Amino acid sequence: MAKILMPIDGEEIAPRFDLATEVWLGETDPEGELVKENILVLPQASAEDLCQLILNESVDVVICGGIENEYYEYLAWKRIKVYDSVIASYAQALKAFIDGRLETGAILYKYS
Amino acid sequence: MEMFDDKVTDIKPYIKGLFQDPILFSRLMNRIPVSLAIFDTNMRTVFLNRSLEALTGFSSEQVRAIPCKHILRTNMCGKKCPIHSMGADSEPVCVEGDIINRNREKIPVRVSVAPITDESGYLSGWLESFEDLRILRSRETEQAAAFSFGPLLGCSPKIETVFRMVSGIAQTDSSVLITGETGTGKDVLAEVIHQQSPRAQGPFVKVNCGALPESLLESELFGHRKGAFTGANENKPGRFKLAHNGSLFLTEVGDLPINLQIKLLSFLDDQVIYPLGSTKGTQVNVRIIAATHRNLKKMVEERSFREDLLFRLNVVQVHLPPLREREGDVDLLLEHFLRSYVERFKKDISGFSKETRRVLLDYNYPGNVRELKNIVEFAVNICPEGAIETAHLPGYLQDFMGKSVTEKSSEPLLINSDTSELKRLSEAQYSSWPEIEKQMILDALLKARGRRKKAAEILGWGRSTLWRKIKQYGLEETDF
Repeated sequence: MAKILMPIDGEEIAPRFDLATEVWLGETDPEGELVKENILVLPQASAEDLCQLILNESVDVVICGGIENEYYEYLAWKRIKVYDSVIASYAQALKAFIDGRLETGAILYKYS
Repeated sequence: MEMFDDKVTDIKPYIKGLFQDPILFSRLMNRIPVSLAIFDTNMRTVFLNRSLEALTGFSSEQVRAIPCKHILRTNMCGKKCPIHSMGADSEPVCVEGDIINRNREKIPVRVSVAPITDESGYLSGWLESFEDLRILRSRETEQAAAFSFGPLLGCSPKIETVFRMVSGIAQTDSSVLITGETGTGKDVLAEVIHQQSPRAQGPFVKVNCGALPESLLESELFGHRKGAFTGANENKPGRFKLAHNGSLFLTEVGDLPINLQIKLLSFLDDQVIYPLGSTKGTQVNVRIIAATHRNLKKMVEERSFREDLLFRLNVVQVHLPPLREREGDVDLLLEHFLRSYVERFKKDISGFSKETRRVLLDYNYPGNVRELKNIVEFAVNICPEGAIETAHLPGYLQDFMGKSVTEKSSEPLLINSDTSELKRLSEAQYSSWPEIEKQMILDALLKARGRRKKAAEILGWGRSTLWRKIKQYGLEETDF
């Protein structure tokens, strides 16, 4: 069971953590099935506010694009697993995470 | 022998026609020490050169066809992307922002974007270049600690207020009006504002509004079309167009003729210029920085300067204080210019003697920093070695010393207690800066035994400046 948060930009993972104005928030059960999902619209883009939201929501895993080291280290210190520099749609990233294939720096885009 | 290990890619474009044999495009791009990226018309990545790979942490092959916003990750990506307002015929645009790379570093960058077009002029893609501003920013911090802002020096409260204002002003795109007496550094400040602004990679074009007759100035500023007037044999772009994506510095804006004031006002309204002889306007992206030593408010009252133009230019006003109001800066500037000229002229000079320093600190510098700089340059030239004595100072300063000593012996309390008295003394001797300048020219010519080239060197001017000033003050008749 894990609570996952992804800063998003439309259907994609937002290129930057500090500039995201929407987040996808979801929960998986012990078998890894998605049991709950929600999209939150943030009042403004702010890395500090997003970190606070992550802590308030007791998030276990963050999947994001570019993030400054300061925030990455802070979340890691709070024992939150961060997969950063991920280039994908949030659906692709979620599937890769559930399948255990997700890595930091993963590029899941398929050229079409 | 293969000297460079270029990566093997599926697509290996070659450039033909430059040399006898075709050359590999990626190899050429990777030799360029500027970070470059090429995107297609859908903003998907086509190519990153090695310098940009190092900056972003992504490799060109890895990110082929991926939308640029995921690779560059600038704070402009999305709604603020300059490409949204550009087309195939757009001029390059330069903006400042930051990126977050794969090493989780936030890097300040200057980005320049230009369209790539095919032979028929249709848009094929976009070329972007990135300049890493980290070194520049750290230099700025070092300079700030050393009582300076770019080439401007000072530690007095008045000049520090200006320094504090300027860093903020530079980041905006508003018109700036710089006021201040002659020699206070208006031109230098204008260039500093440009260099610190997001337009720094664009051109900085300077026009002296008082230096050209009205008819020439209009064509110089706004350009002309071929055949607009006799002698207009070809199209001329004009300074506004040359300053596209940069800053246009209008010095002595108070001398701008009234009908050109109207044209400037019209430009400030819609950013469109109309070259002479053309009915079609051209949109240009230019920031106006204006400067004057005149009192524009008084000129408005006298109806020689348009009030609406003053309001337009006066969005941000910076007043450079005269040197006499910059407490403590004379000492700092004397030391700075002394070090600089001693190094440049390779002289073995230890510094100013106690008496010389006292004279230089007492003097009120009606010509401000420029005059102080010239005095130091003169003294370093004249002084053979050791300490600079009062005898090495320009003649008019020695006269000032004589006057000062005489007055001191009769009215010692007045001189010592009131610096305005010193000002009165120097003003009594020379009623205006031109008189002082005229005397400086005569002193320099005397020292140079009439050789104008040498005199120009002593004064720190170009030969043409000296020639112009000699003519201006009617000294050309004098037999040197």
